[in-house]
Amino acid sequence: MGSTSVSIETVSKRFRLHSEKYNSLKEKIIHIGRAPYTDLWALRDVAFEVKEGETLGILGRNGSGKSTLLKCICGVLQPTSGRVVVQGKLAGLLELGAGFQQELSGRENIYLNGSMLGFSKRDVDRMFDDIVEFAELSQFIDNQVKFYSSGMYIRLGFAVAVNVDPDVLVIDEVLAVGDERFQRKCIERVKQFQRDGRTILFVSHSADLVRSICDRAVVLSDGVVVGSGTGGEAVRMFREHLLEAGDVLALREEAPLPAEPETAPQGDADLVVPEHLASAPRDEGRPVRLGTATVVLATAAERPYLVPGESLTLRVPYESSRPVPGAVFQLDILGDESRLIFRTDTEALGVPIDLPAGSGTVEFELQGVPMSDGAYDVGLGVQTAQGLSDWREPACRFEVMNPGRSSGMVAIPVRTVVTGPDGPVAGGGPA
Amino acid sequence: MAIEAPAQSPGSPTPAGSTFEDAGRSFQARPKPTRVVSAKTTVRERLVEIWRARELLIYLVRTEIKVKYKNSFLGLVWSMISPAMTLAVYTVVFGYFLKNGIPNFVIFLFSGLLLWNFFQTGVLTSTGVIVNNAGLVKKVSFPREILALAAIGSAGVFLFFQAIVMVIFMLALQVAPAWPLLWLLAVAFVPTVVLSAGLGILLASVNVYMRDTQHLVTVLVGAAWFWACPIVYSFQEAVATKLQVHHVEWLYFANPLTPIVMTFQRVLYNRPGLVRLTTPAHVYKRLLPSWPATTYLWADAAVLGVALLLFYVAMVVFGRLADNFAEEL
Repeated sequence: MGSTSVSIETVSKRFRLHSEKYNSLKEKIIHIGRAPYTDLWALRDVAFEVKEGETLGILGRNGSGKSTLLKCICGVLQPTSGRVVVQGKLAGLLELGAGFQQELSGRENIYLNGSMLGFSKRDVDRMFDDIVEFAELSQFIDNQVKFYSSGMYIRLGFAVAVNVDPDVLVIDEVLAVGDERFQRKCIERVKQFQRDGRTILFVSHSADLVRSICDRAVVLSDGVVVGSGTGGEAVRMFREHLLEAGDVLALREEAPLPAEPETAPQGDADLVVPEHLASAPRDEGRPVRLGTATVVLATAAERPYLVPGESLTLRVPYESSRPVPGAVFQLDILGDESRLIFRTDTEALGVPIDLPAGSGTVEFELQGVPMSDGAYDVGLGVQTAQGLSDWREPACRFEVMNPGRSSGMVAIPVRTVVTGPDGPVAGGGPA
Repeated sequence: MAIEAPAQSPGSPTPAGSTFEDAGRSFQARPKPTRVVSAKTTVRERLVEIWRARELLIYLVRTEIKVKYKNSFLGLVWSMISPAMTLAVYTVVFGYFLKNGIPNFVIFLFSGLLLWNFFQTGVLTSTGVIVNNAGLVKKVSFPREILALAAIGSAGVFLFFQAIVMVIFMLALQVAPAWPLLWLLAVAFVPTVVLSAGLGILLASVNVYMRDTQHLVTVLVGAAWFWACPIVYSFQEAVATKLQVHHVEWLYFANPLTPIVMTFQRVLYNRPGLVRLTTPAHVYKRLLPSWPATTYLWADAAVLGVALLLFYVAMVVFGRLADNFAEEL
């Protein structure tokens, strides 16, 4: 490590967006000199260096310019100003199988694709068996590529790029393809590349993948580098940036508390009842109503999210139109795709409640949230003896960010001890 | 565009963790070329880059030919059958129906057509080549000029097969070429390649921005330019005298393909003197000028000069326009 492998020197890229595209001579003459356009700077003075043997992630929202940057690095696009200097052979996986010729066989395509990536026949000869084996296509290698399934096609594309022995590998969100087993294999190969000391540039939406694979990552926003740091740090910056941009939390503004809670609504239109709860019969009314829930973080001053293991308080105001004996407040925590992660209620927690009439607040203090990265929805409800009185989902939302490099659904503090024949070899982790 | 140049220093010392390195994959030690991607590149840099990608050029030519005849029973044989059929038809048509009296007219015709087919196929195919390979141009980095050159290259392969047909016909009709002048074929062929490459590269880049180019070229090259060349008619017989009257013979030679086509006719048809027509009148006519070989040589050299100039201009224009190919497509 040490020497610079890829150096991006104040690269800017301007796209001229023509609101009307005139591609024919007639149109060009008619609209000569007044083809309307707007300039879009997809990249503005982006500058950073990638050291040899380093794995660099590039994070950014859609339209942040990360694909444009990769294209400039690969040489598919020329920067409007600035330049990119790459030491060594570069294999770009902007799109798997982009250079494939449908009519040719897999074998012929391997050679064609290899030479497109800048490798000689001799290089490809040497790697041919590895490529075929990696792609698991030995029995189909002489079939025309047009008869391949999309999975086979992608496997071949990836296999060529990673087996032709590049110094620098550029990957643009392509690991998200293929079946799970092949994905794992691809990631394994990427890790092998890292061990070989090769340089990898990696763009992914998957913050988890960036965290676990990359040594370092830069965060792009609107064509500008807004931060860089270790994988975990960059993921945090990326999330924070999203929060600032209002992309995550502002997604769901909670509807305000109905002005007159006493006048129970005639229909249940605003009440989406979860399956496990039965709605109170209409004639009983819904005496208890919930207001807008808030997430209270001890660290709110520094950051708007949790770190695994930290505590969190969920606070929700309620209004009760009459005294309700045996009220039960309920709490759901939902992950991706509304998958239930945790459910409890005051009854289960052994807290019997006889609610007086009037308003008040309920607080759930979650002591030590063990979840790993992600945004979690909270569902809150209240139940009376007659059935469900109110249910809010999502009542609020909180974010957890894992600064470590481990991944998965939960964050478990792990202490490692490795013992060899002569006693401890290595160890670490929380005491 | 990307340029590669040899690196000053080989790789850095082996990093930690290289114990996992595969046997035989000591890539650290090998020299690493430097590649620069920036907005402005010189023609020289681009030429170096094309030279480095020459293997890709061969693959692309091979691909184009393979794809063309894939799944066809006779495959490459078709590239010989079609000119052979054309020649056979011409033999019948000009020998029996449209008698122009020129002995072995089919050889005269084909010696010009051979070269023309190469030029026309090359230029027409390469004009559309960037647009037709949009998927590739947008996603894979390589010198884009290669695509146009590959089109010229595959036209060259077809030229080879047509030449075989030509030889067969010459044997069958017992027409002998001018053996001592055979080298002139190479002299004439080189400028043709440079000319088609220059024109192909230029038109390919312009076509990205003005899609009319494709159609315009089809008409201009396919019809107008073809008839401006002495392929179907003889320069000496049909044009020379009329132009000499007005002293504008040179105008005809402003067409760079004229001297080249005439060189081919001189070598392959090989009848520089008076030719006795086979029409009932049995007139003697001159079909080819009675130039010495050096005249042909200088004429072709002049064409080469023009072609090189055009090629340079094409490279400059292509270099300017190539910056935005990926966006325009």
